[in-house]
Amino acid sequence: MSQLKAKEVLFAPIFNNNPIMLQVLGICSALAVTSKLETVIAMSAALAFVTTFSNMGVSAIRNYIPSSIRIIVQMAIIASLVIVVDQVLKAYAFGISKQLSVFVGLIITNCIVMGRAEAFAMKNPVGLSALDGLGNALGYSVLLVAVGVIRELFGSGKLLGFNILTPITEGGWYQTNGLLLLPPSAFFIIGFLIWGLRTWKKDQVEHD
Amino acid sequence: MFEDYASLLIKSIFIENMALAFFLGMCTFLAVSKKVETAVGLGLSVIAVQVITVPVNNLLYTYVLKEGALTWAGMPGVDLSFLGFISYIGVIAAIVQILEMTLDRYFPSLYNALGIFLPLITVNCAILAGSLFMVERDYTFGESVVYGVGSGTGWAIALVLLAGIREKQRYSSPPVGLQGLGITFISAGLMAMAFMSFSGIQL
Repeated sequence: MSQLKAKEVLFAPIFNNNPIMLQVLGICSALAVTSKLETVIAMSAALAFVTTFSNMGVSAIRNYIPSSIRIIVQMAIIASLVIVVDQVLKAYAFGISKQLSVFVGLIITNCIVMGRAEAFAMKNPVGLSALDGLGNALGYSVLLVAVGVIRELFGSGKLLGFNILTPITEGGWYQTNGLLLLPPSAFFIIGFLIWGLRTWKKDQVEHD
Repeated sequence: MFEDYASLLIKSIFIENMALAFFLGMCTFLAVSKKVETAVGLGLSVIAVQVITVPVNNLLYTYVLKEGALTWAGMPGVDLSFLGFISYIGVIAAIVQILEMTLDRYFPSLYNALGIFLPLITVNCAILAGSLFMVERDYTFGESVVYGVGSGTGWAIALVLLAGIREKQRYSSPPVGLQGLGITFISAGLMAMAFMSFSGIQL
């Protein structure tokens, strides 16, 4: 494979083919874990690990999987990786693992993982598949971090627990915007981000 | 007893709506909500799968996976709860497959109507989340049946409502960049806000 191709596979998902904004994959967790930046980072790291290795695993055995049971095989690979992530989080970052609660488990059904395994890893060699997994996880993380920063900074005036805009309740000047901490705000933020991206990249506009 | 079940049912349908309060099953929620007709079909099949999988996973958890659950087999100290994820997803995949075959054999018209949606349900996070929440909250078998009905119904209602809104939206003209996905997100956000008013209900 040429150098250019590998680079393309890795970076295309960030803006040009973003898994959340264009492919509409993996939205559940994007909305639910973004009220704090800390959980966003843990979630993105967990997802990057799972997509990369599941893509590698699926790609490595792609020629041996009978197509009628491929979904089950992919599920088994993904579920085993998620169990590893969950156990590691429980052992070393128990607080975060409690906050993420069921969402770690839900990486199994996160459509990005399944979608990439099915759409890319089944047809491409191991190395490229790993890059594709990593790239898609990066695209996911970029969006999640953006949403997380907006929600935590303007919702509670903090970033990663440090005060940036001191809220009025602690003697500062910033009136916190509680709406951003509530779940529906994630919908609006992603909606507006999509609007922004599609105004910038006109070719992504959907025509009804 | 009956009151507990009734309040759990209301809670799981409206207050803790799977789609609008926990954002579960979003991929399908956004992808299959273009037409009310298909939304109703998918909603019904999600309810069916949820009603079967949550109680089955509850039994699996109580009698096989929970710490000390294998006492009946003479192994009191065994804790298999780390195998949870893979067992639940296995159960879900198997049940979806069985449901598909049963429908194909006995209700072919329904099977044809649902078509591609059935296999998709396996990767619907609302289904797996139902089982995971059931474990996290330690529901009994009876509660898990009620929770299965409630959470499935709540998701289906939200899906059909969104599909209704999107059918109307086809006749409106939002800014070009918002067309399609963008405006759908924002409508879903407004729906989620409306559903939040249920959270004030005291049961």
